[in-house]
Amino acid sequence: MDKKIFTTPIFTANPVTVLVLGICSALAVTAKMQPACIMALSVTIVTGCSSFLVSLIRNTIPNRIRIIIQLVVVALFVILVDQILKAYVYEISKQLSVYVGLIITNCILMGRIEAFALGNKPIPSFIDGIANGMGYGIILIAIAFVRELLGFGTLFGHQIIPLSWYASNGGFYENNGLFSMAPMALILVGIVVWIQRSIQKNLQEK
Amino acid sequence: MKGLLNIVNRLKPAFSKGGKFGWLHSTFDAFETFLFVPGTVTAKGAHVRDCVDLKRVMSVMVLALMPALAFGIWNVGDQHSIAFGLNMTFWHKVWFGFLKVLPLIIVSYVVGLGIEFISAQIRGHEVNEGYLVTGMIIPLIMPVDVPLWILAIAVAFAVIIGKEIFGGTGMNIWNPALLARAFVFFAYPSKISGDTIWIEGLSAADKSQLVDGFSGATPLAQLANGAGANELMTTTSEPLSFMQMFIGNIPGAIGETSTIAILIGAVILIWTGVASWKIMLSCVAGAVAIGLIVPDNIPVWYHLVMGGFAFGAIFMATDPVTSAQTECGKWIYGFLIGAMTIVIRVFNPGYPEGMMLAILLMNTFAPLIDYFVINSNIKKRAKRVAA
Repeated sequence: MDKKIFTTPIFTANPVTVLVLGICSALAVTAKMQPACIMALSVTIVTGCSSFLVSLIRNTIPNRIRIIIQLVVVALFVILVDQILKAYVYEISKQLSVYVGLIITNCILMGRIEAFALGNKPIPSFIDGIANGMGYGIILIAIAFVRELLGFGTLFGHQIIPLSWYASNGGFYENNGLFSMAPMALILVGIVVWIQRSIQKNLQEK
Repeated sequence: MKGLLNIVNRLKPAFSKGGKFGWLHSTFDAFETFLFVPGTVTAKGAHVRDCVDLKRVMSVMVLALMPALAFGIWNVGDQHSIAFGLNMTFWHKVWFGFLKVLPLIIVSYVVGLGIEFISAQIRGHEVNEGYLVTGMIIPLIMPVDVPLWILAIAVAFAVIIGKEIFGGTGMNIWNPALLARAFVFFAYPSKISGDTIWIEGLSAADKSQLVDGFSGATPLAQLANGAGANELMTTTSEPLSFMQMFIGNIPGAIGETSTIAILIGAVILIWTGVASWKIMLSCVAGAVAIGLIVPDNIPVWYHLVMGGFAFGAIFMATDPVTSAQTECGKWIYGFLIGAMTIVIRVFNPGYPEGMMLAILLMNTFAPLIDYFVINSNIKKRAKRVAA
C-alpha cells in the first residue's frame, strides 16, 4: 500500500496549516493540554471510522443524496464518542462542552469523505482518515503545549514553571494572560503556518 | 562633523557589496544614513527626491516627543516624592526620574532595533527607520513600574507580529507602539492597570511608608469609580483642578500626563507638516461631540486632559502609516477615534482608558474608510461626466 496516504496529511498537506480546515476548534479547545489531547483523539477516531464506513457503502450511495448520508454516518460516530466521553471522562467532556458535538461540522471530516473515501477502498480510506485526524491532532497538541505552558505555567495540570519564580513568591515571573485567550491561539496557528511555509517553499504564493 | 564624515567614507568600501563585511551592508547603511543624508541620485526615471526623507521625518517626531519625555521624567520623581513624603529638590527629582526612565528607553531600543536589524539582514533590505519613533513612544505610554522583561517581550511581540510579518515599516496595519501596550494590557493586566503601578516604588512599598491620606488612583480610575468633576482627588486627597491635569502633575503613564508638554510637541509637528492637523482636530471634535450627548459625571473638556487622550490624538492617531490617507477620510477617522474613546470611557468601567483600543480599532478600519471615500469620489465624477 502507498505509504504516502499516511504521511502526506500529517505534514505536507496538513489539514489545519495547509488546507486551513478545523481552525475553529483548534482555537477553542487548545487552552490546556488535556482537552486538546482528548479532542485530537476523538477527531482521529471519528475521521477514521466514518471514512471507513462511507467507503464501504460508497457504491450503493445515490450520488444526489450523498451529503446527507455522509452526515448521518459522521453523526453516528460523533454521538458514540460523545457518549463514551460522558461515561468515562465526564470532567473533560464538560470542559470540551459543545466542541465534541461540533466535530460533525468539522470541515476535515466532510472534506476527506468527499475527496477520498468516496473514490477509494475502505482500508486506504481508513488510513487517510486516521492520518488526517493525527495531522489535526499534532497541531492541536503543539498549540496547547505552548498555551498551557506560558498561559498557566502547567502541563496536563502539573506545575512546570517553578512556583518560586512567581512574583507572589518573591520571584519576577508572571503567567501571560494573553496565551489563555483565543486570539493568541490564532496567532500561534499563524506562526505554525509561517514555519511550515518557510520549510515547504512550494506552498508560498508568488 | 567633517571628521565623522571622513570615518564613514573610509569604512564604506569594506561594507559595500563584495567588501570584507559586505554581509553587514544593510547595518552599515542604516548608521550612515542616520548620520548624513546620502549623496545618491536616482539613475533613471522621474523621481522627486527631497532632502526631508523618512529619516528626517522620524527625527522631527522624536524631537516633538522631547517635551513630553522631559516632563515625564520630572513627574516620575515628583510623584515619588509626594507619595513617600520626601523633600526632594528639582534636580533631585529629575535625576531620580531619569534613572527610572532610562532603562525603559534602553530596553525598548535595544530589543526593537535588534529585531529590525536582524530582519533587515535576513531580507537583504535597508534597515527601516520606523522604529526610531516607536522605540521612543513605547516607554512613554508604559507605567514607570513595568518590569523590564515584560517590556522586552511586548516590544518583541509588537515588532515581529505587528510589523515585520506585514513587511516592515510602512506595511503595518496597527500602530506598533500601541500594539506593545495592548500586549501588556491583555497579557499582564496587573502591570498596567490598577492604583499602585503608576507611581515608582508604590507596588513594592509598605503602606506605612506613604504619606497620610494617600491614594494612587489616577483621575481616570476615579472617574471609572463614579467620581464627578468636583470629587476628583490628587494623590494626597486634595481637590484636583482642571489646570493641574492640564499641566500634568498627576499619576499616569510616563509621557501621557502633561497636556501642555504634548501640545508643544503638536506645535512642532504641525509647523513642520509632519503630522496631520486634521486628524488631531477631528479627534477632539469627535470627543466633544459625543461627550456632549452621553450622560457623564464630568464636563467633556476634562476628558481631553485626562489619561492618554492628548498623547494618543497628537502622536499615535496621526501615525502616517496606520491612519487614513485621504483628506476626507482623515476627518472621519479622527472623529471616530475621539467618539469611540469617550464611549469606552463612559460606558465600560472595565477599561478606564479608551484611547488605546479606539485607535487600534480605527487603524483596522482606516483602509475601509479610504476605500469608501475614493469610491464616492469616483461616483461623483462619473456622474459629472455622464451629465
